[in-house]
Amino acid sequence: MQVTFKILRFNPEVDKEPHFEEYRFEGQDNMTILDCLHKIKWEHDGTLAFRRSCAHGVCGSDGMRINGKNHLACSTLLKDINTKKTVVIEPLPSMPIVKDLILDMTDFYEKYKAVKPYLINKTPVTGDSERLQSNEDAEKLFESAKCILCACCTTSCPSTWSNDKYIGPAALLKAYRFVFDTRDEAADERLDIIDTPDGIWRCHTIFNCIESCPKEINITWHISQLKKELSSREM
Amino acid sequence: MIHKFDVVIVGAGGAGLRAAIEIPKEYSCAVISKVFPTRSHTGTAQGGVCAALSNEEEDSWLDHAFDTVKGSDYLGDQDAIEIMCQDAPRAIIELEHMGMPFSRTKEGKIAQRKFGGHTKLEDPKDPNSKRIPVNRACYSADRTGHVMLQTLYENCIKNNVNFYSEYFLTDLIIEDGICKGLTAIDMATSEIHTFQAKAIMFATGGYGRAFRITSNAHVGTGDGCALVYKAGLPLEDMEFYQFHPTGLWRLGILVSEAARGEGGILRNNAGERFMEVYAPTVKDLAPRDMVSRAIISEIRAGRGILGSDGTYYINLDLTHLGKKVIDEKIPEITGFARTYLGVEPTKECVPIQPTAHYAMGGIPTNYDAEVLADNKGTLVTGFYAAGECACVSVHGGNRLGTNSLLDIVVFGRRGGKKISQFLKTAELHDFKTDPAEKTRVMMDKLLTQSGNEKLAVIRRELQQNMMDKCGIFRNEKDLLENKELIKQFKERYKNIAVQDKSKVFNTDLIETIELGNLLDIAESINEGALNRQESRGAHTREDFPKRDDAGWMKHTFITKNETGDPKIEYKPVVITRFQPMERKY
Repeated sequence: MQVTFKILRFNPEVDKEPHFEEYRFEGQDNMTILDCLHKIKWEHDGTLAFRRSCAHGVCGSDGMRINGKNHLACSTLLKDINTKKTVVIEPLPSMPIVKDLILDMTDFYEKYKAVKPYLINKTPVTGDSERLQSNEDAEKLFESAKCILCACCTTSCPSTWSNDKYIGPAALLKAYRFVFDTRDEAADERLDIIDTPDGIWRCHTIFNCIESCPKEINITWHISQLKKELSSREM
Repeated sequence: MIHKFDVVIVGAGGAGLRAAIEIPKEYSCAVISKVFPTRSHTGTAQGGVCAALSNEEEDSWLDHAFDTVKGSDYLGDQDAIEIMCQDAPRAIIELEHMGMPFSRTKEGKIAQRKFGGHTKLEDPKDPNSKRIPVNRACYSADRTGHVMLQTLYENCIKNNVNFYSEYFLTDLIIEDGICKGLTAIDMATSEIHTFQAKAIMFATGGYGRAFRITSNAHVGTGDGCALVYKAGLPLEDMEFYQFHPTGLWRLGILVSEAARGEGGILRNNAGERFMEVYAPTVKDLAPRDMVSRAIISEIRAGRGILGSDGTYYINLDLTHLGKKVIDEKIPEITGFARTYLGVEPTKECVPIQPTAHYAMGGIPTNYDAEVLADNKGTLVTGFYAAGECACVSVHGGNRLGTNSLLDIVVFGRRGGKKISQFLKTAELHDFKTDPAEKTRVMMDKLLTQSGNEKLAVIRRELQQNMMDKCGIFRNEKDLLENKELIKQFKERYKNIAVQDKSKVFNTDLIETIELGNLLDIAESINEGALNRQESRGAHTREDFPKRDDAGWMKHTFITKNETGDPKIEYKPVVITRFQPMERKY
């Protein structure tokens, strides 16, 4: 089938503003958007720039806006979208474009680091055995630990669009990952970090994050657990 | 721009990050990577990491070592294998202490499951009793590599490790047997950066992208190994390349052995469980090389299933496992089957085919990650390697499932420790010539050369030929043809016109350099395969179908000679306590 892609292009060395360019090619139902971008790059236009690595939804490199929705290019197939009309490919919104679909993600990573995304436990353990944790408690972490830091959620959130200081759903999800880890001892420290006007309280449960998450994580539920924890702490 | 560090680690997968964590704070350390650290390929490992923790049943590190030696088809160095398997329980407990989330047993310990080639004696008191599958693989659902990579990166943040992300390695600078530094391109600007360091570690990963169907990420282009080879240093056992039996048909995306560890069964077009014939005791849980050969043999015998595009596949049957096991134990891989093939694994079989997966060979090191300059054990001062790019050799002719994640944490740490010792007395060495010159010349050449060759066309042809002529089954005729083809590809490479001339994220240029690396890697794999006249582990010669211990129980060391042609020497295998025997399962 004939497919038309309209891709937002920007080369900072020559362009003042981003602009769309169109590409027509023969596509197949089972091609991913990443396959299509590769086809364009390898057969038509070598200058097209985008990030990718694993190509099956695990590394989180190729989050982008596909027909107005944030998703991974490698996990979206042509059969999943309307190809009768022109397919519009843009970088994720609200982050600075470096070139074409490549964004400057520094701010996103800084917010992730702000929640202290590592286990903090000062109680000594004997070297030769694990800290015990029930499978039930472990599984409470699994959904949040699925996060691949693709930034689809944070950049889909209207609170992010209106306030670039907002810490965003990805960082909050990471906070959950450690606050609710029975092995962690720094829940209070992390809760203090997110308990600010630009922290968790900017989340107005709009649910865009859930819809955009390629790993199907119920991010809003995880954020609501943090909110509950904060409320019970105040009482 | 020149940067000076005590140590520079290239690669931010498991091995590089684990090594970085080991470097004491008083030393300056940089990790450079062509992708942001959590995008590294370690994250795609699924099923588990083995250690004889005995959390589910009695087990011992000696059994783990025996299985690894046998799995390696007696090409693994047994001193290094003993170190790895004995250190495994400590390494896993350490990861748990770092915060890695694991699936748990009823008692709250780390859960373990079965995996291909991992066994123990049915009766531990009777050494002649049969070996049965054992629960040895520690896991976190089927995202073990993902959470391991996240945990190691998190600990690097905690330790304030210095990262240079999206820097692409272009040159390794070795003068008078001393490793003095490296150059890399900052991909965001195309600026050349020189890193001068007392110690360099390569943790640059594998090269599955040399083959058409692969489980490897697009970044798996063997850049580190290729630079070592270009520098005139040896690569070890390159002919040993593992095909994982269960890649998604046509795509090569990995379906972990955990699927069979949980009870999945391979079936041919008659629905027969054919592994009963090839490995009567462990059946579907035989090591990967054997299962991959069995699958191709079934297809060749006309017992494959014809796909819509005219190619054949084999079925992986998970339907009897039930929705609960599938959703809880292997959710990720069954998700891949749904997304990419539109198959519902609770109701239908998953079409699979073998996929190029793991390099047993690579940069030769001793068991402290120090790089060897030759087959006599001479060291390259200040140069270290760990992870898939290295050949210790703990995997020999065929790696057992889960041992890659173990390898990276055990030898990443040992390398980090050895570097820390070395730094106590080490110093920076001045470069004799401009270290950036070679990279500058290469970039200028690639950006100005004209011709009508296309990067993607040459790469596709290379990958297809490596698959067809240097894949699971090999013979002299095919390998000679492939050798000639690789020579032609190298000539055609000189006529590639890089379309993108810009400086900001010129991924066209980066991919072209990567193809140059893959061509050298392919040459070394093919040459090793042509030279080794026996069948051992993953290297199967149809014209030499038997293992030949008298002639070939030795490691291949391949170097480029003065004229740029490959030259082969050998190094003996280290045997400690396990004498070679026939490999049956």
